[in-house]
Amino acid sequence: MLAEAGGTFWLPPQSSSTARYVDAAFHLVLGISTFFFLLIVALMVVFVLRYRRRPGVGPAKSPSHSTALEITWSVIPLGLVVVIFSLGFYGYMEIRTAPRTAYEILVTAQKWKWTFRYPNGYEDPELHVPVDEPVRLVMQSQDVIHSLFIPAFRLKMDVVPGRYTTTWFRAIAPGEYDLTCTEYCGTGHSDMVTKVVVHAPGEFEPWLRKADEQAQSLAPVDAGRRLVTQRCASCHSVDGTQVPNGGPSFKGIFGQTHTFTKGPPQVVDENYLRESILDPSKRIREGYEDRMSTFRGQLTDKQITNIIEYIKSLK
Amino acid sequence: MSQTAAGALTPESADGSGPPADNYLTHAHGVRSWLFTLDHKRIAVMYLVGILGSFVLGGVFALLVRTELIRPGPTIMSKDMYNHMFTLHGAVMIFLFIIPGIPAVLGNFALPLLVGAKDVAFPRLNLASLWLWMIGAVFFVVTLHVGGLDTGWTFYTPYSTETPSAVIPAALGAFVLGFSSIFTGINFIATIHKLRAPGMTWFKMPLFCWALYATAIIQVLATPVLGITILLLAAERVLEVGIFNPKWGGDPVLFQHFFWFYSHPAVYIMILPGMGVISEVVAVFSRKHIFGYRFIAYSSVAIAVWGFLVWGHHMFTSGMTPLAAMIFSALTFSVSIPSAIKVFNWLATMYKGSISLATPMCYALAFLFLFGIGGLTGLFLGTLSTDVHLHDTYFVVAHFHYVMFGGAMIAFLAGLHYWWPKITGRRYAERWGQLGALLTFLGVNLTFFPQFILGSRGMPRRYYDYAGLLDRHPDFQQLHVLSSIGAYLTAVAITVVLGTLIHSVFRGRPAPANPWGGATLEWQCASPPPYDNFASTPTAGDPYAVDEFEYDPAIDGYVRRSAPNPPGPCPVPSHD
Ligand code: HEC
Ligand SMILES: [Cu+2]
Ligand SMILES: [Cu+2]
Repeated sequence: MLAEAGGTFWLPPQSSSTARYVDAAFHLVLGISTFFFLLIVALMVVFVLRYRRRPGVGPAKSPSHSTALEITWSVIPLGLVVVIFSLGFYGYMEIRTAPRTAYEILVTAQKWKWTFRYPNGYEDPELHVPVDEPVRLVMQSQDVIHSLFIPAFRLKMDVVPGRYTTTWFRAIAPGEYDLTCTEYCGTGHSDMVTKVVVHAPGEFEPWLRKADEQAQSLAPVDAGRRLVTQRCASCHSVDGTQVPNGGPSFKGIFGQTHTFTKGPPQVVDENYLRESILDPSKRIREGYEDRMSTFRGQLTDKQITNIIEYIKSLK
Repeated sequence: MSQTAAGALTPESADGSGPPADNYLTHAHGVRSWLFTLDHKRIAVMYLVGILGSFVLGGVFALLVRTELIRPGPTIMSKDMYNHMFTLHGAVMIFLFIIPGIPAVLGNFALPLLVGAKDVAFPRLNLASLWLWMIGAVFFVVTLHVGGLDTGWTFYTPYSTETPSAVIPAALGAFVLGFSSIFTGINFIATIHKLRAPGMTWFKMPLFCWALYATAIIQVLATPVLGITILLLAAERVLEVGIFNPKWGGDPVLFQHFFWFYSHPAVYIMILPGMGVISEVVAVFSRKHIFGYRFIAYSSVAIAVWGFLVWGHHMFTSGMTPLAAMIFSALTFSVSIPSAIKVFNWLATMYKGSISLATPMCYALAFLFLFGIGGLTGLFLGTLSTDVHLHDTYFVVAHFHYVMFGGAMIAFLAGLHYWWPKITGRRYAERWGQLGALLTFLGVNLTFFPQFILGSRGMPRRYYDYAGLLDRHPDFQQLHVLSSIGAYLTAVAITVVLGTLIHSVFRGRPAPANPWGGATLEWQCASPPPYDNFASTPTAGDPYAVDEFEYDPAIDGYVRRSAPNPPGPCPVPSHD
């Protein structure tokens, strides 16, 4: 039941520059509501004890309304909520207004993975950021609505298909934090948990360069494996097993002849694989449903080729 | 003969103490006499059975969900199964139980009696509403059998246009249930306008009627929006036209606007009638006139009207503009004031009263405590900056369960125990009733309080598994365990409550016409009331003139004081 180190009983440690606005409002509301709650309960208990029913004793005469009293207890709460509202709005504007210059990272949410693409084109399933530098996230979804939530940053923004949503933060302490999906998105909703890694000053750029070099130097099959694990594994297995509600396993499909709900059968070759990735709804494999969304614009030609090479290697 | 009991005009059973031989329960026999009855009281009883059945079903789903979460990783079911369970829990509880709950059961039973009428304005429409409810329930059962439902009760698009689960039967079920709710609303509005007894001006109406009236406005005006939205969703699924799904050119956030345009006001369909019940119970069991009648009455209507303007507070993180967010936040705060007024007025009613802790009052006190927490935690979610952090976490789950279970459900139980002697003509065992209330109170707190802590510390809702979060948050494990234990305790509590009530039907003492000393008209007819309620039209006075009634130990009930306002203290029973 103990709270996280560095946090309060209610809230995780403040790790972004805007977290304090949220926490200030939280604690103000907590104070006000605790006061009123205790007041209500105290009055209730006192009245029940003091005026409890006793044989032979009736209720005393007391007025059945008092406009002055009633206006008082309408106006006092009204005043308090105006204060709460204003503080909340002020903090919200701080959270929503990104500084003009910020380091931009593209976020893609898909069932049930996050992909973060850095300015040099490198992609990673974890969000790596430099400390003390504003970072702007430009987010899009491949399929349904997801929501990016970083509790330590007090940050949340929905990721909606068909449009971009953006948010920003400035991490104030190096370390690792949870990043979760908070909009229900199906079977693997609770699998969309990953990490934010905040790098100490001067360590982010070297990390990014090294990670990118490593990814570039991979053989096509290995690069393809990486991509499939990251982007396709939630629906396609590579060992011949069937993912529930997913698509066919990739194992051994290259060279097979597949039948479709419409049209003639087709031998699985490079062009068919490419079509399946870019235009999955065009031909639906017999026994499956049209549940895959297109990766057009999501994957580069080179990445698609790598994936095809990898699928070919799965004999 | 004193005018206390118009019901006394009907023949009583042989010894003169038991329930009248001819009452609405015995008036006709056979299944058909129930299924085709036009009697509002019988319709209420059938609704009661159906609604409690739905509650038990929804409760079983909840227990399965809580059991799954007692450990991280798979416990008793698969991911997909879990998604189905929490969806069905929400959908059954909301559409089949809590929306119809108080209006269709307690409202149907009490409203015509409270206004001194023989029935609701449109008895056939009332029966149609019950039938629609049953058809809606059948759709839900079909849903269970043809693939279940895994969209969450909120049906968010585009997930709901793509999932293979049985969205269409469930959506049609909700559509039909919507009409059931609309029919009830229309009926109540007409009844209140047209059938009030002589002498009952608008401001002489019991506050429960005001609450039902405000609720009916929402039912009639908001529910059609849900119906249309659901039809659009079904059309999109079948015809693949782009309304909500961006794949076909639609806008998924539009669905959220439509959905919450109904579903936020629907929150008040759930809670307003509950507040009405509490107004009745607090006054009667404090033996005092309700304090600030007009403020309470107006606040019900204010909540109903204002409630239409705040739906956007469910979407602060969906990418809406800061201007829209600001407006919705401001409106949301202003709707909190009328609720606060009610709470203070109830407390003032208790001041200098003669407070009995009979079961309905125990529930009313539990309501003040639990609804207090539910309402005040709403402030955290209406506040823009804190909502960014708390939205879609367990904090929200805890908040609305405190409002729905701690508020609406507890008020339903308060009303059910309050009118039970009138409905059945029997008294339940008071001690067991109180025990049930206490256990429910403890169970609700133990289940839902830990969820506030989980949420504010960052636990997202609708998660099958939290293993990935335990590294930084080992505390999540213990909090989930506490919550699950609370759920089991609540199940025990509900068993005690229902057991006590069912026992009373077979073994309970016969109830007098006026067991609690209420001054509203329903207590003037016998328990249970005769088929046509009042032999002659009653005249209404002040519904809260409870001091005109005094306790008569001979019948363990109240009778109208013969001499108005005697000087000395009056005898009162003690239930505690
Ligand atoms: C949301 C689940 C999902 C994701 C994610 C997904 N797919 Fe699919 N995929 C399917 C389904 C379902 C089918 C079968 C229906 C069809 O033919 O479109 C399919 C079919 C295919 C096929 C045709 C297979 C055959 O046997 O004919 C290929 C190739 C394919 N997917 C590749 C990919 C690649 C590569 C990725 C990742 C970049 C991917 N898919 C991601 C669900 C998915
Ligand atoms: Cu998700
Ligand atoms: Cu709302």
